[in-house]
Amino acid sequence: MSEEKIYNDIPGTIVFDSDQAARGYHLNQFCISLRLAPNREAYKADREAYIDKFPMTAEQREAALNQEWNLLLELGGNIYYTSKLAAYHGINFQELAGLMTGMGSTDYRAMMIKGGRSVENNRYKSEWEDK
Amino acid sequence: MARITSGVACSHVPALGVASDQGLHGDDYYSPIFKGFEYSREWIEKEKPDVIFLVYNDHCTVFDARLIPTFAIGCATEYPPADEGWGPRPVPVVKGHQAMSSHIAQSLILDSFDMTIINEMEVDHGLTVPLTMMFGQPDEWPCPVVPLAVNVVQYPAPLGSRCYALGKSIRKAIESYPEDLKVCVFGTGGMSHQLQHERAGLINAEWDARFMDLLVNDPETGCNIEHIEYLREAGSEGIELVMWYVMRGALNENVEEVHRFYHVPASNTAVGHLILENR
Repeated sequence: MSEEKIYNDIPGTIVFDSDQAARGYHLNQFCISLRLAPNREAYKADREAYIDKFPMTAEQREAALNQEWNLLLELGGNIYYTSKLAAYHGINFQELAGLMTGMGSTDYRAMMIKGGRSVENNRYKSEWEDK
Repeated sequence: MARITSGVACSHVPALGVASDQGLHGDDYYSPIFKGFEYSREWIEKEKPDVIFLVYNDHCTVFDARLIPTFAIGCATEYPPADEGWGPRPVPVVKGHQAMSSHIAQSLILDSFDMTIINEMEVDHGLTVPLTMMFGQPDEWPCPVVPLAVNVVQYPAPLGSRCYALGKSIRKAIESYPEDLKVCVFGTGGMSHQLQHERAGLINAEWDARFMDLLVNDPETGCNIEHIEYLREAGSEGIELVMWYVMRGALNENVEEVHRFYHVPASNTAVGHLILENR
């Protein structure tokens, strides 16, 4: 894509565009396969044998096996897919957000009850430079 | 002839489906949200649409990464609830209206919208949660549904202006359907939310309020909100809100806002809801 990706200056955000989708195709198909119970059972029985059916990169494979949620997104994963892998590990959407933000479930949930993360100082990467 | 009388905008947060299915809708966390829809359930019982035209997005359930249609219309006789990883929701099978669906699909394509046609499909929380919020827990959904699935998962989603134009074409299609049927159009998803990475949890209530104001009173301006604004101001998943513009395009230029509800949070998301009647 020759078009400039103006959305790349949003902090803490990986926009799932066609480049990311191409990069993450097999990773995402692995994750979404866990939507179905027989596949979850097969993964449980032998995680390495199951994941090797999906020709992803070694880095993606390690990140999936080690549940590195932010890295998975950076390597082409999309949250609607990686959330299925999280669900397999008994992690719901809000708990997953607690992990990705580094806040932990309790603090993250409390932040949401107080109205969520403000957009102020969270629009541009330059605003995060001091963090 | 068929006619559109009203529109409903409604978030489709999966946690609301779980809350309803597990009987948690009366607890401290969820009851303010379900209370916000009490008016809506009474309203729709009086409105009694014959058909619901429901705009939503599939969350990689039917359309995983293999196939990503931008606009796809369901033309099936029924749509069973999908297993999204923890068993299908215990809600009724969604009945379709095959004859009206096929008529709309044909009309849209001849009006220059190159639709994907779906003849067999399961539906996920994106479609069933708005039905739950509006109808509660009936043994059967009270009317058939024509589903329209929009890609908002892989960037870029269709432009808001294109969604708005599609809504106008849907209206033409429905108004040329020969049977005398009353149609309510649902636009679902949103409002501001980001589910991913370090900025997860973003909520922008001020932006959401402005979005609803523009949608209702100045859609010609609001439909031109650019993707970068949705991403930055409403969160990476807030871009789902383009789907509300399909609904708005199908309504009259002038509408009456008969109900508005907004609540933070449901899980990671701001819940927004509007009922609009044609004037």
